[in-house]
Amino acid sequence: MSVHDTAEPNRRDFLYIATGAAGAVGAIAAVWPFIDQMNPDAATLALAEIEVDVSQVAEGQSITAKWRGKPIFIRHRTAQEVEEAKTVDLNDLKDPIARNANLPADAPATDVNRATGGGQPAAGDDMSAVREQWLVMVGVCTHLGCIPLGQSGDYDGWFCPCHGSHYDTAGRIRQGPAPENMAIPPYAFTTDTNIRIG
Amino acid sequence: MKKLLPALLAAGLAFAPMSIALAQDGQGPTENTASEEAAVGHDASAEAAEEGHAETPHYPLEHPEQLNWSFAGPFGHWDLAQLQRGLKVYKEVCSACHGMRLVAFRNLEDLGYSEAQVKAFAAEYTVQDGPNADGEMFDRPGIPSDYFPSPFPNTAAAAAANGGAAPPDLSLLAKARAVERGFPTFVFDLGTQYQEAGPDYIHALLTGYDQEPPPAIADSLQPGTYYNPYFISGPALAMPPPIGDDQVEYPDGAPQTIDQYSRDVSAFMMWAAEPHLAERKATGFVVMIFLVVFAGLLFAVKRRVWTGTAH
Amino acid sequence: MSGHSSYVPSKGLMQWLDARLPLPRLVYDSFVAYPVPRNLNYAYTFGGILALFLVLQILTGVVLAMHYAANSAIAFDSVEKIMRDVNWGWMLRYMHANGASFFFIAVYIHIFRGLYYGSYKAPREVLWILGVIIFLLMMATAFMGYVLPWGQMSFWGATVITGFFTAFPLIGDPIQQLLLGGFAVDNATLNRFFSLHYLLPFMIAGVVILHVWALHVTGQTNPTGVEVKSSKDTVPFSPHATVKDGFAMVVFLVVFAYILFYMPNYLGHPDNYIEANPLKTPSHIVPEWYFLPFYAMLRAITFNIGPIDSKLGGVLVMFGSIVVLFFLPWLDTSRVRSTAFRPVYKVFFWIFVANAIMLGWLGSKPAESPYTWLSLVGTIYYFGHFLIVLPVLGLVETPRRLPGSITEAVLAKNAGGGTPAGATAAPETKG
Repeated sequence: MSVHDTAEPNRRDFLYIATGAAGAVGAIAAVWPFIDQMNPDAATLALAEIEVDVSQVAEGQSITAKWRGKPIFIRHRTAQEVEEAKTVDLNDLKDPIARNANLPADAPATDVNRATGGGQPAAGDDMSAVREQWLVMVGVCTHLGCIPLGQSGDYDGWFCPCHGSHYDTAGRIRQGPAPENMAIPPYAFTTDTNIRIG
Repeated sequence: MKKLLPALLAAGLAFAPMSIALAQDGQGPTENTASEEAAVGHDASAEAAEEGHAETPHYPLEHPEQLNWSFAGPFGHWDLAQLQRGLKVYKEVCSACHGMRLVAFRNLEDLGYSEAQVKAFAAEYTVQDGPNADGEMFDRPGIPSDYFPSPFPNTAAAAAANGGAAPPDLSLLAKARAVERGFPTFVFDLGTQYQEAGPDYIHALLTGYDQEPPPAIADSLQPGTYYNPYFISGPALAMPPPIGDDQVEYPDGAPQTIDQYSRDVSAFMMWAAEPHLAERKATGFVVMIFLVVFAGLLFAVKRRVWTGTAH
Repeated sequence: MSGHSSYVPSKGLMQWLDARLPLPRLVYDSFVAYPVPRNLNYAYTFGGILALFLVLQILTGVVLAMHYAANSAIAFDSVEKIMRDVNWGWMLRYMHANGASFFFIAVYIHIFRGLYYGSYKAPREVLWILGVIIFLLMMATAFMGYVLPWGQMSFWGATVITGFFTAFPLIGDPIQQLLLGGFAVDNATLNRFFSLHYLLPFMIAGVVILHVWALHVTGQTNPTGVEVKSSKDTVPFSPHATVKDGFAMVVFLVVFAYILFYMPNYLGHPDNYIEANPLKTPSHIVPEWYFLPFYAMLRAITFNIGPIDSKLGGVLVMFGSIVVLFFLPWLDTSRVRSTAFRPVYKVFFWIFVANAIMLGWLGSKPAESPYTWLSLVGTIYYFGHFLIVLPVLGLVETPRRLPGSITEAVLAKNAGGGTPAGATAAPETKG
């Protein structure tokens, strides 16, 4: 590669460059499997569904189910809690997006949008009216992943003891460092008392 | 044996080449004739040792036929229709006794089924789940992330229900059975890429039941076992002939014969044991091309670097 | 690595670093300017190939350990999960399993090259002994790694090999129990083997550094066995040796990829796809192919030798077959290093190679006549080679005349014509 080379310097340079490039491409291709193996494996990615029977959950009670290794809060809200959540002005919310996997990504964070599942409604079923007392959400604080405590905090919803985030009765962030409302997983009522999550 | 060896050694190593030749001339069960000749003149215990040897001929008695498989060779790929037929045979026949615990229903999408078909297939199975809120185990229809349920709760139950011989799980069987190839065949296998000893064996075993045992073997068969010269670890096995002609209906018009069933289920078991086989060979082709080209480039660079340096 | 050099990096940042930590100087002295004999053939590229495979084994091993579970209840299934569900898991696991085999292919070629060119002779005794230590560590690592998939061969191989120690009177049984952490191979054994299997490769890497250090003190041998006498006898490591080693590595990788992608189970045993069952021994236990010659020597001793029973005798012979390698530098009495100049020894060398291959074949055969006593013949020759042929032949053999220097040998070879390489090579004056 020296400038003094007079005999076919271009061909010589080309050979070195081609070999170096081939080596680099090969090295990068060989590294990829070593990185990709850390991604979730096929068993983890496989469709995971759970079914939860909520017939025993009375008004004002909650249960926690486990889905994809995370807690799912299923709360049978009182009429007062629903009312409280409905009266909040959307402009007062820190995060105005519903964060509901069953709805479009830009759906506003109204209480109805927070409490809506997916799937086919049962015959003659008015989803929002019948199910609005049920709140199903991933019970993980959107700040740094702790699990908030139920029925506590300044907004009667959830309170995360790790860094002091307050959520309201619809699981929306109201105060504290968390950036988003708690996520609503894909779920649907398969009967009046059975929820399929996932 | 402890006495025999020093005796042979004492007889002189010059005797050795002759007895090797004798031993090598013998094939299979006739081998002991040569061994007995070598043992002539030794004491009774040596004779007994040789007879003990004679009672354990090398299995299998017959070597499996080598078939043509779509997944053999450098461009091996699955014949999806065959795998689907094999799955049907497994489901309707083998699964009564044999589990396939490492294969999940979701894996069946590799066989060309849609997600909906896999869901429907999984739902035909009952899977135990739990515990529920009351702490009880309960049954529910299978979902794609479930694995094929085993027909018996554990190995002991499987053995108890099958006369003491637990039917092996089929997940890996196509890689766990291979008849020894011997010298020099195993050297040639490097060139032919022969890796199908498992399916060849399974096919041979399933189609090998209809033979009459030689009288010498027929007398020694254990009750409740079935003579099969292809069985890898004895003259007979505890599994009765598992399948007959027309037992499984093929919707695609493939012949409904034992031979075809055996081929299909062997291919299916190869897939179950090595689901990434086709992907592996396809990846290998790209890697080989790259490495050969890269080696060529490096050789050119090496020659250029060493030009002018005699070595 | 052989002392301080006057090299100073030309780039500012490297100068800055070199003044504080002379790493640039070390790399330059060891892998750029380091002089290697100009007449090395491709048998000398296997050291580099071995370094590559050590790195490859450690890398694949570390990522496999992210998915493997060293618990006897789930170890087998966790390996199958790697093969089926983990992204690229099948490739990483086959790379690791076949990589071990290719590591041994390379190390055997490397060892036989050392034997042929007398690389163990003074002043390279320490270099050789470090190499034997690496070989021992490799065998321990490979054995424990083979146990981890917890198949039938894993389990019974572990049972048989740890059973060696019971051959020793009095201390044998307590030692075996200490190794196993119980009365038989079980979960405790698996767990500690995993720990040690993870540790030993780093110890190998440490001894490899010493091995390379010792090499760079004495310099390479070469096919003539004549030491380097002037700078005309050598070429700089970079680019001459680097590009040649690189080419050899890629060619070796082509063979590796062929096995890895097209016949990854060719070198394995089908029984290891059956989960370990402590109540049922496979009909025919064989170790991995690279242990077969030693396994044949173990089984060759089927009779008592005085107070030593056959079991202890077999174990002693097997360990002795490695131990004898440590004394090789002093067993070879020849004043000539390279076998190329020893016409009689050359014959014995190739008989030794054939004998080693025969022992490997015998190790795969069932323990019955005639294989056992053929193994005994092979074992006797193996030890005879080291303990009789090497000491005696060195004293009585008349070697061929040695060239005056490496350069002289190279020029003589090229001037002799006949070889196309000589015809196309540049004029000698350029050398």
